[in-house]
Amino acid sequence: MKTGVSVFIAAFAALGASWCGFVLAPSLQLGGAGQQTVLNGSDTYPIQRTGDATLGAQVYRANGCVACHTEQVRQTGVACEVTLTSLGVHKPADFVDYVRSLSVLPKLAPYTNALNASLKDWTGELPKTLMTSSDKEIATEMADRLKAIGIKSETRIVATGADIARGWGLRQSVAADYLYDQPVQLGSLRAGPDLANIGTRVLDAKLQLQHLYAPKSVLKDSTMPPFRYLFEVRKIGSAPSPDALTLTGEFAPPAGFEVVPTTDAKHLAAYLLSLKSDAPLYEAPFTPVTAAK
Amino acid sequence: MNPTENPTSIGGTNANDASCRVPLLALFGGAALWLVAGLALGIVAVMTFHKPDMFADCAFLTYGRAQAAANDLLLYGFVIPAALGVMLWIFSRLSQAPLALPLAAVAAAHLWHLGVLVGTISILLGDSTGHPWLEYPRAAAVLLFAGFMLIAVTAAATFGFRSQRELLPAHWFLFAALLVFPWIYSTANLFLVSNHMPRGVVQAIIGWWFANNLLFVWLSLVGVGIAFYFIPKLAGKPLAQTGYALFAFLTLIFFGTWSGIPTNAPVPAWLPVLSSVASALVLVPIVAILIVTLKTLCGANIVCQNDISCFIKFGMASFVASGLLYVSQFCPQYSRVLDFTWFGVAESQFQLLGFVSMILFGAIYYILPRLMGTALPFPKFATLHFWFAMAGVLLFVVPLFIGGMKQGHLLANGAPFAESSAVALKFLRISTTGQLIMLLGALLLTLNILVMTLKWKLGLAKALFAAVTAPLETSEVKS
Repeated sequence: MKTGVSVFIAAFAALGASWCGFVLAPSLQLGGAGQQTVLNGSDTYPIQRTGDATLGAQVYRANGCVACHTEQVRQTGVACEVTLTSLGVHKPADFVDYVRSLSVLPKLAPYTNALNASLKDWTGELPKTLMTSSDKEIATEMADRLKAIGIKSETRIVATGADIARGWGLRQSVAADYLYDQPVQLGSLRAGPDLANIGTRVLDAKLQLQHLYAPKSVLKDSTMPPFRYLFEVRKIGSAPSPDALTLTGEFAPPAGFEVVPTTDAKHLAAYLLSLKSDAPLYEAPFTPVTAAK
Repeated sequence: MNPTENPTSIGGTNANDASCRVPLLALFGGAALWLVAGLALGIVAVMTFHKPDMFADCAFLTYGRAQAAANDLLLYGFVIPAALGVMLWIFSRLSQAPLALPLAAVAAAHLWHLGVLVGTISILLGDSTGHPWLEYPRAAAVLLFAGFMLIAVTAAATFGFRSQRELLPAHWFLFAALLVFPWIYSTANLFLVSNHMPRGVVQAIIGWWFANNLLFVWLSLVGVGIAFYFIPKLAGKPLAQTGYALFAFLTLIFFGTWSGIPTNAPVPAWLPVLSSVASALVLVPIVAILIVTLKTLCGANIVCQNDISCFIKFGMASFVASGLLYVSQFCPQYSRVLDFTWFGVAESQFQLLGFVSMILFGAIYYILPRLMGTALPFPKFATLHFWFAMAGVLLFVVPLFIGGMKQGHLLANGAPFAESSAVALKFLRISTTGQLIMLLGALLLTLNILVMTLKWKLGLAKALFAAVTAPLETSEVKS
């Protein structure tokens, strides 16, 4: 590094290489991505958001919601889940004995303890998740043994991991989920819960708006700040507004007043309702519950 | 560079330093004010975690806006202009030439500060772009870019006029930094702050590439470059192991620029894998820089009368520590736990406030008296500032690191979400103390810079007044 030119060339080559790797290459690989077909189905995914949800994404961006919320679900692996759907002519107690007798099989022996724990207090409710195995062959073996004596079961592919167990999604987030996001708001901190599938957890716009206005009125332990500036507290006119929130106790407005969401708040709620990445995809497979029934 | 020069002697100012005076005062003065504003806004933002409904009726101070604006004020408001000022001065010193195009540098300083002002107001009004560390909208970005280019031209011209042709390690790092910033900043803005954003996660990938290259590579180049100029001065001997320094420089720019993609990101798997490997290799330059620093400082008789060496030494220790923590975030084993927690926040703040800012504080306290030809108005404040800055940053980031790890363990082990956020909240509340202490320290720095500037301006005004009111000499009238 005797001259300025050599420093320039070294820096240019280094940064140029990483520019090609992390700017150019992803643009070429994903820049032309489009909708794809849902796994084992004919639906296309993802679907463009509705107009008010698209506007709501801008409210989400402008207020920096991304500072505390991620929109990405992680999974640690995939497993096969065997679920009983019908015992046929058998009694639950007989069935338990039958399953215990299966533990002599070399393939199922390692699952003896798990099966015993799963059936310990079981009195015959259906459907019942019998076992979860990361090995497809073992799940198939179990299903075959049950079928042999006329017991109906289904084998489903499920994603595993802490986020999935928490109910934050059915599978991990993948690139396809963000196709229509402008800008993409992945987030990097979970001061609040993940929102990638909030649209499947909170289905009611009114409840979502009430949570935005007074989080503690919905969740007692919530640490989320109230976003009262997205609402208007106004005198009730000739008739109460159909949009007015139903609030009780300490959160209720003074008598004769009502809390009405602004357009921004309505858009934001529409955006939150639109957040759902619940379609099985080639790169993130799982068996949807409805499809298996 | 003259390594035998006594770092504590001031003894008037030379012509080269005087040529830097106006642009550097503009850069440092504005930077110090932004530092105070950024730290104060950071405290305002975190108040939401102490009392959630504090700003429930106040859109522009809501956490998401105030926090983004505070982060950008620290990075774009303080660190970058202060670093540019120090770089200009170092280029002038190393070239043993006056600053070329000083007017361009003054204009650049004002453009830059205007850009920061526009950007901050835009974020608070809800006009952020939504991309981390790139929140400033287009108008602000154009101003910042123009300001940076003017400074880069000034620095390059000063560099071209150097009388000693041979380059020193400080040259490599700082010269590379001049090239890196315009490239990454223009790429990020052209892709992400345009009407035709790329589709889907490509945005996030480019955002990570930019944030990594700015927050890790650029800050490391600048911080280490400045430290490699001052460490030999403080130690009174040339930099030891120049070969290691060259090795560190090359590995930093070749491996460091590939880091930054989170291991669990919802992107094609080759990206995080490549990034993890590169991040592991970043250990090489970190260790090499540690060796060079230790070998140079070892056995040197360091004059600790002022706190410049304390600032630089703490800054380098933070560089190594924050670098190791940065790398650990990209190790799949740890990232499973550390992702999405306060750990990442603490790491970037440690990088900004523990490493680069400390080195910049030291450099500013060293440069100011030489620039103005007078001692600091409150030299005791510099000592006090060191202790405030060090205690503040440790109290700020250490609780967040611990809280982040606890939060991550709970999140990864499937504990109820409320439990993980309650644990993190306790540590976050402790860390606010650190922010308050840092703010006090920043006020001391600002006071020193502003009083110095005012005194100088008063002196200029007096001289002007004296010149205007002086009786005309007859000889002048005649000619």
